Amino acid sequence: MQIPVVKLIDPVTMLSIGPAHYVILSAVLFCIGLFGVLAKRNAIMVLICIELMLNAVNINLVAFSKYVTPADFIGQIFAIFVITVAAAEVGLGLAIIIAIYRNKVSVNLDDFDLLKW
Amino acid sequence: MGEFPVLLTILLAPVAAALIMAFLPREEKLLIKCVAAAGTFTSMALAFYTYFTYDTGTGGVQFVQQIPWIKDLGVTFYLGVDGVSLPLMLLISILGFSAVFASWNVDHRPRDFFILLCLLITGVMGTFVTQDLFIFLLFYEMVVIPIYILIIIWGSTKRVTKEYAGMKLTIYLLIGSAFLLVGVVALFMKTAGILGAPDMSFAGLARAAKSLSQFDQIWMFAVMLFGFGSLISMWPFHSWSPDGYAGAPTAVSMIHAGVLKKIGGYGLIRIALYVLPVGAQFWAPVMAFLGVCGVVYAAMAALAQKDLKYIVGYSSVSHMGYVMLAVGSLSVIGLNGAIAYMFAHGIMAALFFSMIGFIYEKTHTRWVPDLGGLHRQIPKISAGFMLAALATLGLPGLISFIPEFTIFIAAFNKYGGLAVAAIAGVIVTALYALRAGAYALFGPPREEYDHLQDIKGPELVPLVVLGTVLVVGGLLPSLLFNVINCGTIPLMAEINAALQIGGKF
Amino acid sequence: MVEYAMNHAWLIPLLPTLAFVAIIFLTRPWPLLSALIAVGAMLTSCFFATFTAIGVFTSPELTEKPLVYAVNWFNMPGMEINVGILLDPVSAMMMFMVTLVGSLIFIYAIGYMQDDPGYSVFFSYVSLFAAFMLLLVASSSLVEMFVGWEGVGLCSYLLIGFYQHKISAREAAKKAFITCRVADFGLLLGMLLLFWNFGTLDFAALAEKIPHFQQYNVSAATLALIAFLVFCGPIGKSGQFPLHVWLPDAMEGPTPVSALIHAATMVVAGVYLVARVMFLFHEVPSVMQLVAVTGGFTALFAATIAVTQREIKRILAYSTISQIGYMMLALGVGSLTAGMFHLWTHAFFKALLFLGAGSVLVALHHKADVWEMGGLLKKMPITGWTFLVGCIAIAGIPPFAGFWSKDEILLATLESGHYVLFAMAAFTAFLTAFYMFRLFFLAFTGAENPANHPKESPWVMTVPLIFLAIFSLVGGWVGTPWANVWSEWIFFGHPHHGEPNYMVMIGSVVLAGLGIYLAYYFYCADREKVKVRELARRYQGIYTLLYNKYYIDEIYLWLNHTLVDGAAKIFYLFDIYVVDGIIVNGVAAITGLFGEGLRVTATGRLQNYALVFFLGVLAVFVVLAFTSPLLAGPIWGGVR
Repeated sequence: MQIPVVKLIDPVTMLSIGPAHYVILSAVLFCIGLFGVLAKRNAIMVLICIELMLNAVNINLVAFSKYVTPADFIGQIFAIFVITVAAAEVGLGLAIIIAIYRNKVSVNLDDFDLLKW
Repeated sequence: MGEFPVLLTILLAPVAAALIMAFLPREEKLLIKCVAAAGTFTSMALAFYTYFTYDTGTGGVQFVQQIPWIKDLGVTFYLGVDGVSLPLMLLISILGFSAVFASWNVDHRPRDFFILLCLLITGVMGTFVTQDLFIFLLFYEMVVIPIYILIIIWGSTKRVTKEYAGMKLTIYLLIGSAFLLVGVVALFMKTAGILGAPDMSFAGLARAAKSLSQFDQIWMFAVMLFGFGSLISMWPFHSWSPDGYAGAPTAVSMIHAGVLKKIGGYGLIRIALYVLPVGAQFWAPVMAFLGVCGVVYAAMAALAQKDLKYIVGYSSVSHMGYVMLAVGSLSVIGLNGAIAYMFAHGIMAALFFSMIGFIYEKTHTRWVPDLGGLHRQIPKISAGFMLAALATLGLPGLISFIPEFTIFIAAFNKYGGLAVAAIAGVIVTALYALRAGAYALFGPPREEYDHLQDIKGPELVPLVVLGTVLVVGGLLPSLLFNVINCGTIPLMAEINAALQIGGKF
Repeated sequence: MVEYAMNHAWLIPLLPTLAFVAIIFLTRPWPLLSALIAVGAMLTSCFFATFTAIGVFTSPELTEKPLVYAVNWFNMPGMEINVGILLDPVSAMMMFMVTLVGSLIFIYAIGYMQDDPGYSVFFSYVSLFAAFMLLLVASSSLVEMFVGWEGVGLCSYLLIGFYQHKISAREAAKKAFITCRVADFGLLLGMLLLFWNFGTLDFAALAEKIPHFQQYNVSAATLALIAFLVFCGPIGKSGQFPLHVWLPDAMEGPTPVSALIHAATMVVAGVYLVARVMFLFHEVPSVMQLVAVTGGFTALFAATIAVTQREIKRILAYSTISQIGYMMLALGVGSLTAGMFHLWTHAFFKALLFLGAGSVLVALHHKADVWEMGGLLKKMPITGWTFLVGCIAIAGIPPFAGFWSKDEILLATLESGHYVLFAMAAFTAFLTAFYMFRLFFLAFTGAENPANHPKESPWVMTVPLIFLAIFSLVGGWVGTPWANVWSEWIFFGHPHHGEPNYMVMIGSVVLAGLGIYLAYYFYCADREKVKVRELARRYQGIYTLLYNKYYIDEIYLWLNHTLVDGAAKIFYLFDIYVVDGIIVNGVAAITGLFGEGLRVTATGRLQNYALVFFLGVLAVFVVLAFTSPLLAGPIWGGVR
């Protein structure tokens, strides 16, 4: 995709931060989150990492919205939806973790292999 | 009356019964059974009406009803019957009605049982009344699910468990239908290209398929032959059939052996032969050969059985071999014989299974050496059993003889020596049918069965209905053949015409 | 009346059918009413048959061209099957004979079946039998005849197995049906070949076509094959060697059944069939030869077995086989006249003998061994004397019926130049006289067995005996060599009967007389039967062989149990272990193995799944980045 040529309004931002920065930030954040999801043993940490990934997506959405369709707020609205769903998801996830913790007295993901075979 | 949607009513009467039953309290067992009986009776009465008002002078597809459905695929909800499908539609309606009464004593979750049974009947009926390939497949797939549930919940475990039996049967049918689907999709794609506009009706497909290449016809036919063949328990794809019947509850065995198998034969004639005549000509000797193998092989295997249901299971495989042989003969006489024989076999197999069901219900065994002398204690069941056994061995005067005879003539004309082997199957058939009857029913009565009650009241319905058809059809074969002629003569004319053009490829 | 009867000849088979239906569905609880319905229907049929016969035998043109009333049964392109009634002297004679003998036996059965729990059922079955038999006789096409043919087989099956609780009856019934079925396989093939070659199965059409078979591109060999296959049917149904084994066992049925089905009517259906399609056999001399040889051999073969048997009905059964052999011999040497004549006379005296035997069995409470009888003539005079009439008739002493017909057969054999067969037939005549009188002397003369308390049977049983005895006397007078009315009506081709040959006549009487004398010498004059026991001891081997019926039953049993059941077992095991075990369950097992193998990837750890998911997305992305022109440009472009 070609990085779109945009008319910059604010000279300050013009100096330092462009869309590439947002994308890179979001990518880094996403990778950190992904690594956490794949590698962390603690369920709470995994949940937090999922949040990181969602937020990376949010940054992306908002950034592209700002630069591609500045006229309407599609990306922002979408990001707000994501935040809402993420909140719900964290609530649900924590509830599940608590339920599992009550049964297994552990939040270590290695202990949760009920789906095995 | 011309406007009255008679086929739709026939098709939907069991569904309506199922819906009503779904809203009845599960304790109202008698009411549930009565509703099921009423639904299937409506169907049967109208089927008889259709059968006898079908205008044999005009012939062709009658009682047509078309509702456009999926335009993009050329699918129409196209109902109509002709000489090929009419006898089979009549058959399923008769068997459906009888099956309800054969399972009159089902006490375990009767509501669910009869709902599923009614759906099963509708599914089978649907395959016969439609003239659209898509609808045909739709109804066919609809049949498999109730069958599976009926077997694993209400079945019985003997040599194999009912779960195994149900699984085997279902998976076999699904594999068959998967192959079928491949053939149908390929056919559809190719013909849609030829016609320009998609058309799923049999006639449309047949018209378009005329310009298919010989190679296409041959491989599509092969795929369909496998699909329909495993459905009709063509040797060597038959092994689901004895196990499946042995595991299934009586009503399912009746409907399955009686009509479900015939969907295979019907499809072979109606779809494979009609649409792909060149392929059919190529594969005809194979069909005939496999048919003869099935006849002899299954008859011999039946001879070694001790379980009544296995005997009849193998016997039905053997009889379907005759149908394959007849279809393989590719002649009007053969096709007439095939269709009439499917009808005849449906009636006699259903009678057989219903009587075995009653015997099992009362004695709790189907193991022939454990039975014996039952004719004293339960004479009516024994009479029904013997009637079915005699029909099985093709006694003249009963419904199965004339179709068998026509099949022999057709096969003999075309295949000579191969047909002789099939005709020799008649001897083995007599041997196992009579042995089953003799060892289960005759001989010294056993004390432990002295308390048995003979069938009475509603239980008599299958015997009366099926027995009447068995005898009347045997005495007046023209009732069958006049209608069947209307279907096969134009069909065969089309095939012959196509084969003459096909010769140029 | 005659005209009416001829136009309504279809009523003759129909009436017993109606009786059957009425008894089964309506009057089963009332035995006597059922019996009356059956007898009434049969008598009415007999009445019609009589007038039909009168009608036929007063219209000489029917010998040339039979009268056919036919309707279409079913048709399709290339196949039209008609059913109907065919009236010619042969069928009219058969109808008359069947209904007449049938009526008498039905009446007899009223007494014989007394107190049997299956009284009504018995009458329904015999009515059904009569219906099928009359259908067979009257049929105008081979298919229709086959219906009757199998129908009588069915009734025979049901009636042999009438005492179903007896294992022997059950087995005998099964054996009868299956043996006939094997034979019918041949008949069916013959029918198919006929239809294939001539396109019709109507007798009238076939009779016109077959003499010109070359016009239909049928080779003589094919025709011979057809004739041979068709002849298979009669071999089974008429108990000819080697498929005779079922007939003696069939005596398990009630005696009226043995008389009606297994002596007078059904078993001669084979003879009737051969006579009916004589136009076919006439064209193939080789098969005619076979018919003659089969008949002649069977006659002798069965007679030798009959000499040693002990059970009264078995002796009569072997005698039946032997006599049918005579009929076949006559047909085989080309004399339809003689064959049918013997069929006619045989029906009367053999029915008489069986009914007499039945009367004896009732009196002795079903003790069937003739060696345990004796002196019955005094206690049962009517049975005894009528039985004697039957014995004289079958032995062939003039002026009784058997003499005339047997004489015709011997004469026909001699005239056709089959000297060996003639000798066999003549020797059989001697044996027949011997074993029949052996039976008579053992059962009816000599010392009474104190264990028996015989009593003469009621009139309802003895009156038919008397009637049959009369027919056994006068039945043959229609065909005496001097005034042979018979041969002017019942013939194939041209009416023909040989000049009275006094040598043959005297010879056969002498042979019969010799047989009777020997029987008298061994079994009557010799009170203690010392000589005959001595004879049996000296020729122990032959005696045992004969007594065990040449061990043919054992051979068949072995074949059936070892070969057929063994093969069945193999097929079944093949099915379970190869088709089902290896192929079907094999496919399932392979599928299962795949599942088993892939199961280890399901670790149950979500993170593993997520990793795989991520790698998958990555892989897709990489692949697309390299291949898809849509994506590669922007991506690489972007990176650069």
